[in-house]
Amino acid sequence: MISVVDVRKVFNAGKANEYIALDGVQLDIEKGRITVIKGPSGSGKTTLLSVIGCMARPSSGRIRLSGVSVEGIPDDEGYVETTSLPERFLTQIRRKTFGFIFQQYNLVAGMTVIENVMLPAYPTGEAYSAVRNRAEDLLKIFGLYSRLDAKVQWLSGGESQRVSIVRALINNPSGIIADEPTAHLDTKLSSEFMNIIESLNREGRTIIIASHDPVVCESSVIHRVVEMRDGKVIR
Amino acid sequence: MILHPAIIALYLSSFISVALLIYSSSFAAMILRKWDIGSGSELQLSLERRTYLISVILSYLFFFQFLSLFLFIYTADNLHNLFTGSMCAAGTLNVNQYGYPVLVLKIVNFILAGVWLIINRIDISAHDYPLIKNKYSLLLFVAPLMIAESALQTAYFMGLNADVITSCCGSLFSSDSTNITSEIASLPSLQAKAVFYISMTLTLAAGIVLCYKNKGGLLFSILSLLSFVISVAALISFISLYYYELPTHHCPFCILQSEYGYAGYYLYLTLLCGVVTGIGAGIAGRFSNIKSLAPVILVIQKKLIIASLLSYGIFTAIVTLKMILSDFILEGY
Amino acid sequence: MNSRIEIQRNILDFTLSSLLRRKTKNAVLMVVFTIVVFMLASIIFFTNAVKREAVAVLQNSPDIVVQRLSAGRHDLIPADYIKTITDMKGVVSVKGRHWGYYFEPAASANFTLVVPDDGGEEGRIVAGKGVSRTMRAGDGDILPLKSYKGEWVVLSIKGVLKSDSELVSSDLIEISEKDFRKIFGIPKDRFTDLSVTVRNPKETLTIAKKIKDSFPDTRPILRSEVLRTYDSLFNWRSGLLLIIAAGAVLAFIIFAFDRASGLSAEERREIGILKAIGWETSDVIAFKFWEGLVISLSSFMAGIILAYFHVFVAYAPLFEPVLKGWAVLYPEFRLVPFIDPFQIATLFFLTVLPYTAATIIPSWRSAVVDPDQIMRSQ
Repeated sequence: MISVVDVRKVFNAGKANEYIALDGVQLDIEKGRITVIKGPSGSGKTTLLSVIGCMARPSSGRIRLSGVSVEGIPDDEGYVETTSLPERFLTQIRRKTFGFIFQQYNLVAGMTVIENVMLPAYPTGEAYSAVRNRAEDLLKIFGLYSRLDAKVQWLSGGESQRVSIVRALINNPSGIIADEPTAHLDTKLSSEFMNIIESLNREGRTIIIASHDPVVCESSVIHRVVEMRDGKVIR
Repeated sequence: MILHPAIIALYLSSFISVALLIYSSSFAAMILRKWDIGSGSELQLSLERRTYLISVILSYLFFFQFLSLFLFIYTADNLHNLFTGSMCAAGTLNVNQYGYPVLVLKIVNFILAGVWLIINRIDISAHDYPLIKNKYSLLLFVAPLMIAESALQTAYFMGLNADVITSCCGSLFSSDSTNITSEIASLPSLQAKAVFYISMTLTLAAGIVLCYKNKGGLLFSILSLLSFVISVAALISFISLYYYELPTHHCPFCILQSEYGYAGYYLYLTLLCGVVTGIGAGIAGRFSNIKSLAPVILVIQKKLIIASLLSYGIFTAIVTLKMILSDFILEGY
Repeated sequence: MNSRIEIQRNILDFTLSSLLRRKTKNAVLMVVFTIVVFMLASIIFFTNAVKREAVAVLQNSPDIVVQRLSAGRHDLIPADYIKTITDMKGVVSVKGRHWGYYFEPAASANFTLVVPDDGGEEGRIVAGKGVSRTMRAGDGDILPLKSYKGEWVVLSIKGVLKSDSELVSSDLIEISEKDFRKIFGIPKDRFTDLSVTVRNPKETLTIAKKIKDSFPDTRPILRSEVLRTYDSLFNWRSGLLLIIAAGAVLAFIIFAFDRASGLSAEERREIGILKAIGWETSDVIAFKFWEGLVISLSSFMAGIILAYFHVFVAYAPLFEPVLKGWAVLYPEFRLVPFIDPFQIATLFFLTVLPYTAATIIPSWRSAVVDPDQIMRSQ
């Protein structure tokens, strides 16, 4: 469960180009469900995702996550408040809690598939061999095992998308955050993506997707659509 | 003024260190005034980012400081030919009144930088950075000392004019003359040995008490600092004699030379390591009542105590072995 | 604790693969860095080795050398000075020395003629390697020298000097006293200078003063004085060269700073990805630290090794033009390889330290990009 209470995010505060990306967002996201955040570009979807995903701190308001435990961070009745944590601790929570899938697949060119997949695990201090085994298993599941040592720039769009999903799963997070994941995929690949999302959800993962693609928003697998406009949740 | 490559190197390193510290200090001052961990304001976020930079700078500074301490001694040693009557670093440092103060400041600043890093390490292990103000106040305290060190070092090198007749380790650390160092040298060796072993034993005892009962942090800090000072005195008073196998040579610098297998390096290395971690352990103890630190502080403190005791232990073991294995008999002189 | 080492190992792993991915860019930086280290290391190795040679030679020189000055110039010293100086308290022995320079027009070379302590064997000489080489004369060959009157003095070589330090002995000819006087026309009661041995080194200065008092026309030179002069001369010269080289170092530092702060769009994006997928600022800083360490240490090592070969194996060919005016040095002199930790530490301070300092702030700046930046910037 993620609870977002009266969250504001202001860029360039106090300057002429001040920009309010989130304006008092109030939202509860249920655990183990697929939630889609819908809205035009500039509505604050991405900012909301990054604030929920512990990538950025809100200017004010509170965000509480349940089911998170990080050494040295107090929890309050099973909730951890992430709002005033420094980056060092936010990152620790983020690594354990969320896997990220981006619009551009954001793979590191010049590195192989397996290296890209293992990247998020490097700073966790887990033994290399353990991570490698897990990465190979995941690549098998996603039909990418034969492409293990291929450089990522030689992959097709669908393969790149799947590599980025595997990368999001490498630290075995309880939640997946996807930002416009189908923007560069055709209809067939987009529905394939939704099938993958469904299977990840069936494993018990909470999934939050920001998208305005009808294939996503009108998909039968999703549980809830939240609409945003001008930094506010309208529905 | 002497234009020796190593002197240029030392100028360069102190210039860089001072520049980095002044840069950090301006942010330290801002952090002391504006820090508010609860805020998500852009100012706070940018200050938090700065803290990373300052930790990095201090880590490098600690490393530079360590190297420059030894390079300084080594340079002094290398230049001794230039001064009549100077046979090693001791004489070169004595050429003008700035030599020894620079050396002492270099050691003090090294220890302070080490302690800062320890406090930093403790601080960043708690989610609310509880020691941030202590840490940056200490930084503002270190900065002027560093500047003083740099200024004195410049004055020292500028004031070095070849062919000044200086007194060297023979006279400086011999039992005949009267100044503080020669008084250390003229201490009866048995008493000096007793004081040395007693201070080491007390430090060990205090460390064990602190480790198991979590009491006496301040005492342990003071004792490890004292042990450091006493050990250096012991080096001058009797330890060096076993290395030189000469009853009158009390120099604390000559053992850094290759003739003595660079023995001085591991001796000083263990001492420096012992004093930094020892002071750090005591300071860590003072923060054990901060709530957010509670889960981690004892683990860190224990590690520091072990590191400190181990360093001092190695030092004592090396020295004791040297005294036992040496054919040289000191008592009776 | 183990996991912390594991983190650093993983990051180092990534660093190496990232360095390899940008081979050309990094190679340029490393080549420039290596050249800078090579230059400074050559200067330091060379001056230190020459200084050591000089000191090694001087170690065997007498405590005091007494020269006679006439009209401000070095003149031959009368033999009767010896008696007076020998009688001074604290003086162990006084010896008259013969030495001089001989110009050989055929080879256009200057030889140093010295009479050995035992007086030498008439008609026979011992030649230095350089002499033997330039005159193409070895053991048992004949070497005629022209006297001051223009007559030939025929000498046979009974041996070639073997010495570690060719710098000193290369141009040397050990000749008998009689032949020496014959060649240069020096009267029997005159010496080139006197060497004085003193019992207690601490009294050297007092004895030198006494000699000066008794013979106001003499100039006593102390060994320690010569050593000191050499020392400061070499320190000063290498320092001066380094100051000149400082321009190059500065240029390199600016270059490195520029490199570190002007990240390519691709590198910027890469760090953005790392931050987004869960790398923390300090992890990226660690990555940048390892990157700097790998670059600077490998360049440092390479520069030092190259300088070693340059100075001790190839005999500093790049310095030859500078050296010619440096001192009376001889072609093909052989420096005894000598490097101590002090030189390495000095070099480290002069090169790696400023490089590191110049890259601290740029690498921090690249590490603090917002993790959500790559989401915002699409």
